[in-house]
Amino acid sequence: MDLYEYQARDLFESHGVPVLRGITATTPEEAEAAAAALGTPVVVVKAQVKTGGRGKAGGVKIAKSPAEAAERAREILGLDIKGHVVRTVMVAEGADIAEEYYFSLLLDRANRSYLAMCSKEGGVEIEQLAVERPEALARVPVDPAVGIDAAKADEIVAAAGFDEADRAKIAEVLVTLGKVYTASDATLVEVNPLVKTGDGSIIALDGKVTLDENADFRHPEFAELADVAAADPLELKAKEKGLNYVKLDGSVGIIGNGAGLVMSTLDVVAYAGEEFPGAPKPANFLDIGGGASAEVMANGLDVILHDEQVKSVFVNVFGGITACDAVANGIVQAFEQLLGRGVEPKPLVVRLDGNNAELGRQILQDAGLPGLEQVDTMDGAARRAAELAAN
Amino acid sequence: MAIFLNSDSRVIVQGMTGSEGMKHSQLMLKSGTNVVGGVNPRKAGTTVDFEDGVTVPVFGTVAEAMEQAQANVSVIFVPAKFTKSAVVEAIEAEIPLAVVITEGVPVRDTAEFWSLAKGSKTRLIGPNCPGLITPGVSNAGIIPASITSGGRIGLVSKSGTLTYQMMYELNDYGISTAVGIGGDPVIGTTHIDCLQAFQDDPDTDAIVMIGEIGGDAEERAAEFIKANVTKPVVGYVAGFTAPEGKTMGHAGAIVSGSAGTAAAKKEALEAAGVKVGKTPSETAALMREIMASLA
Repeated sequence: MDLYEYQARDLFESHGVPVLRGITATTPEEAEAAAAALGTPVVVVKAQVKTGGRGKAGGVKIAKSPAEAAERAREILGLDIKGHVVRTVMVAEGADIAEEYYFSLLLDRANRSYLAMCSKEGGVEIEQLAVERPEALARVPVDPAVGIDAAKADEIVAAAGFDEADRAKIAEVLVTLGKVYTASDATLVEVNPLVKTGDGSIIALDGKVTLDENADFRHPEFAELADVAAADPLELKAKEKGLNYVKLDGSVGIIGNGAGLVMSTLDVVAYAGEEFPGAPKPANFLDIGGGASAEVMANGLDVILHDEQVKSVFVNVFGGITACDAVANGIVQAFEQLLGRGVEPKPLVVRLDGNNAELGRQILQDAGLPGLEQVDTMDGAARRAAELAAN
Repeated sequence: MAIFLNSDSRVIVQGMTGSEGMKHSQLMLKSGTNVVGGVNPRKAGTTVDFEDGVTVPVFGTVAEAMEQAQANVSVIFVPAKFTKSAVVEAIEAEIPLAVVITEGVPVRDTAEFWSLAKGSKTRLIGPNCPGLITPGVSNAGIIPASITSGGRIGLVSKSGTLTYQMMYELNDYGISTAVGIGGDPVIGTTHIDCLQAFQDDPDTDAIVMIGEIGGDAEERAAEFIKANVTKPVVGYVAGFTAPEGKTMGHAGAIVSGSAGTAAAKKEALEAAGVKVGKTPSETAALMREIMASLA
């Protein structure tokens, strides 16, 4: 889960990372009140969106009075920045910036380790800096078993080439940011820019944090950070039922068992769709797990049949430990449950393969469920599901 | 011969007494695996009864199981909250092979236990993986043993059900060893480790490698193949139509910006001379052609 800037600010503050005061607002009036409460001669009104390039898109503006802050908020709220609509702004204290730096700590998948990146040249697009002037971006591996201790922080600030006079102060902030990373189970903590102010203080001016959802059980306090308002309603419904679902924009509903098989199913359906009018595409990703139980199947079908864009559904199951006869019985029970709940069925293509496939297919055939067709191969079933969704 | 798992493998199960542990210990036994014990400090000294009159002892620690039952493989089913301490115990006991089935392990925990496993005496497979099988010989994990019998095709995959699908499509040729390496961002044994082992395995003639979106493991595997693998390799990559920034089921399956796309992985593999199938069936067909030409 990615955090908004204001959430990252709060998280930083709670761990003792120096930040500026900031207050969120969802209306111009709230922004005016926030600016008045801060009471500084200059405030910055910043769009809260989970994407980069806010400044260029007009999402960050300076205001010199509360009334001006309200005006700037009026301009920013509702802006569409790379497909993200601004619903909240943060009104933050203005800073007397002398220098801008860059720092991030992230999971380095390739090296199965952590990587700290640091530069004296912050405030710019870091990807651009990495390509154009890689020598300006220090990259220092961090052992996950140790994290950023004082020695590691010294190594990072030296590698980034900071002036001797600034090193100790910056290193101290990096140690604290390292604590934020491990204590929060983050996979990314980025500060861009990390600034030195006119009086020599080091402050994290803008933060980006990605949290590892697998660690949610250690962090009940993060539950409230989830962005319910911006989430897709079908994704929310699926999440409540513990389903692994991602909404996509096509018309062929997909259910399968196992993440890899479902990803593969999306591809096969998209290829098959190219042959038909309107080129039908997958409507979703939904993995019901290796086990493929009746209840999970029913919940999955329930979510997909409530997607108005869905015109056909492809159930793609490989029977492993849960053999195909059990899966077929699950589909029959799921159908009965859904018809009982008054859910309108849609054309359904089922492909069962693997253990006891013959038996499973026979069970489905005998059940004679309305709108259900069986095709024995994955490619063939994908083609039929796409055909049924074509206009 | 096969890789990593053979007739000398003596398997223990950490978390045997839990429901998943019980179910899969039974299935491992049924498929001929030499399961020599379970590990649970609270039930040390007891035994667990399985079907057909099989009784398996429970040890207090991995070290005890190694000493008293000569265990050399541990399959780990303990819940995500406790996975790290179970894996650390296995590594510290220096068990040669630890297979972590558990899904949902925080990546910080994995990064920390990998830091310990790296350079240790333990080969780590997983987490979030189905384990590995040398059909007809030994089965360490949850791969259904009935899909295929032994053969001369090596299989390595990030995905469980795609592993099963591919084993099924190739079941008339059979599999030497199939290794599910797992779909997490940080895993122990990689595609490259398996490619090297299959290259060195006299019982493997050709290799199927299955990847998916996220990270650059497939690109690095492609470079490795070009430089080190002389046996034929057929590839498949899942997730061409996955949108940017969304995690597709596996914690590691995410396209970030322009990094980790299926298209880039396919291109890298093809540049290394690997034939890449567009669908699992087409991939199996490519492997069948190779096996037919080798016959």
